[in-house]
Amino acid sequence: MARELTKKERMQIPRQPMPAQDPMERIRNFGEVALGLTPEMAIAEAERCLECKKPRCVEGCPVGIDIPAFIVEMADGNFEKALAIVKKDNTLPAICGRVCPQEDQCEQVCVVGNKYKPVAIGRLERFVADWEVAQGGEIAMPERQPETGFKVAVVGSGPAGLACAAQLAILGHSVTLFEALHKAGGVLVYGIPEFRLPKKIVEEEVGNLQKLGVELRFNFVVGKLASVQELFTEYDFDSVFIATGAGLPYFMGIPGEDYIGVYSANEFLTRVNLMKGFDFPAYDTPVGMGRRVAVVGSGNVAMDCLRTAKRLGAEEVICLYRRTRAESPARLEELEHAEEEAIDFRWLSSPVEIYGDDDARVRGVRVQKMELGEPDASGRRRPVPIEGEQYDMEMDTVIMGIGQGPNPLVTRSTEDLELNRWGNIVVNEETMMTSIPGVFAGGDIVTGAATVILAMGAGKVAAAGIDDYLRNEVRVPRSKADGT
Amino acid sequence: MATLLKIEEIAPAFKRYLVEMPEIARKHQAGQFVIVLLHDHGERIPLTIADSDADAGTLTLVVQEVGKSTMEMGTLKEGDEIQVVGPLGTPTHIENVGTCVCVGGGAGIAPLLPIAQAMKEAGNEVVSILGGRTKELVILRDEMTAASNEMIYTTDDGSFGAKGFVTNALERFIKERGKPEMVIAIGPAIMMKAVAEMTRPLEIPTVVSLNTIMIDGTGMCGGCRVSVGGDSKFVCVDGPEFDAHTVDFDLMMKRQRTFLVEEEEARRRYLEHHECQATKGGELS
Repeated sequence: MARELTKKERMQIPRQPMPAQDPMERIRNFGEVALGLTPEMAIAEAERCLECKKPRCVEGCPVGIDIPAFIVEMADGNFEKALAIVKKDNTLPAICGRVCPQEDQCEQVCVVGNKYKPVAIGRLERFVADWEVAQGGEIAMPERQPETGFKVAVVGSGPAGLACAAQLAILGHSVTLFEALHKAGGVLVYGIPEFRLPKKIVEEEVGNLQKLGVELRFNFVVGKLASVQELFTEYDFDSVFIATGAGLPYFMGIPGEDYIGVYSANEFLTRVNLMKGFDFPAYDTPVGMGRRVAVVGSGNVAMDCLRTAKRLGAEEVICLYRRTRAESPARLEELEHAEEEAIDFRWLSSPVEIYGDDDARVRGVRVQKMELGEPDASGRRRPVPIEGEQYDMEMDTVIMGIGQGPNPLVTRSTEDLELNRWGNIVVNEETMMTSIPGVFAGGDIVTGAATVILAMGAGKVAAAGIDDYLRNEVRVPRSKADGT
Repeated sequence: MATLLKIEEIAPAFKRYLVEMPEIARKHQAGQFVIVLLHDHGERIPLTIADSDADAGTLTLVVQEVGKSTMEMGTLKEGDEIQVVGPLGTPTHIENVGTCVCVGGGAGIAPLLPIAQAMKEAGNEVVSILGGRTKELVILRDEMTAASNEMIYTTDDGSFGAKGFVTNALERFIKERGKPEMVIAIGPAIMMKAVAEMTRPLEIPTVVSLNTIMIDGTGMCGGCRVSVGGDSKFVCVDGPEFDAHTVDFDLMMKRQRTFLVEEEEARRRYLEHHECQATKGGELS
């Protein structure tokens, strides 16, 4: 150990600020906002870690990365070793380092954070991952175990699917990843914007998966082209993992929601991110956004919509949220970034009607002022309308960022699959197996809309469950059992 | 990727594509559609399926060239590859109801064909009423004749069949022969609306197949939503077929004009570029 600093000295090193594009500059481009730590900054940040004997940060990580171990290596400048430690538990660190809510996970429980700011674990994770790419990639490629002969179908290539596929491939299984769209990554490519997660990073991670031997099938809608049952009977898979995510957009059910200019957050973001509508007409898909844009909701998806609208050149970008900033479900970092970008937040404001012209184009939103009442089931104070306090705002675009439900294409077409009352798949939480033997599920389709890292954690747990099921219950691969 | 095996022009600005897509061909049922992507700068275009052959592993798509992407598709050559996803949407409910009148207008005749075939196979008396502006725009006449017990044609200019609209012919049919058990109408929104208005007071069960703006086709974006019986429905997964008497056609027709400005710009730019290439002669081709 080359570290000779005392605990006190380490804690007194200031948390290294994340270099970022200037707000007034970045609202004119789609380049990444957070630019990443320099090697010097990363080493200084790593020195702040106290190397706790019982590290609480590891417990705070949904995939259980050995955080102090990788940070010690970083402090010594051993980036390669640090990377290998991270990758042992997380196959997608460049993505998680960017989009994980670390402030609610590893960093929330960091001991340094009791007195000072917590160690910037997420930024360090991102640093090592980016460092690998800068070296040309493939530095810490995990090794594949011997072929087992088992075939596993992973349905959906979002975070849960990617994590599960990687883990299964490492365990020696033959994995096919089915994706309904024409690109892999799920929400990472259609939902999260370029300025928060550059798409080349997702491509890089998907490429790594292919190097591990995972086969990708694009434009394949499970539930339509083949049912889950047919993946066994016609395609000879030994197990299926369903990771179809929260792809069903919610609308509010208020009058005027079908007017032209009202989008689900999914539609707006898909047009921009997946279809590259920001570059119309060089790309064929238009976005059709107007000049005055209201986004309803204040979660991470709503932040993505607000900041995307700003970058597309909207003159006015307004956030309507029925509670206050304190209850806002978005990550603080996202909220702050949006505030820096001059987004107009209207707290305690809830749309009650969207009105339009004779051509059914949106002209404005009628907003109800709210106040906070008694706490509801979620423990947050319930917003209640203030009688008589409504006002109209002229708007030409309204984007609904109020949440997504489970996409029913797979669940509806799969008999005997137990669902809860919201339509999410019910699983055994230890193995992630569903009510159908051999069929596993994880990610947002199980939990409802959550985070990238929780979905990845579920993918990892499911991979272990599937591996155990194949080795101990199936024993002989279907393709070998047939006709022999 | 799917290979275009055969391309023929079947009417002005109408092309028929035979596409190699064995998995979809095996699964396709009447009433379903596909989404096509021409290249990595392209848009996802929902297209109806005119026919499928599970043994040959092929799909038949009939495409009217109306915008930039469909015109561009028209320049593809046999052997070229495109991306195709499907079969999407809920299949038609096929049942022997008695007499089923299939009303098709323009490009809507293409998705009507597999439905007429299936209805006839199920034992229905299938009467097809097909219309178009001129004779040559009444497409797939031979195929529809084979799938029907009786054919009635109309053209706007009277060049073929009765002069007038399909609704006139449907009205005459009902007056002379009584109410059919079912009407299936596919064509321009205005035609489907007119059919719905006509059969509503007569209480004839009527099904329409809608073709709205779409991106993913899997229920993820909601861009295709229509108001059906006061509820918002997704054409891509809840449809494309709905009870004609509950669809808000006026709102749907307005929503179809969402990207009118952008569509016009894309078409203009495409044609300018295209003509520009054409005037340069063989250099670029």
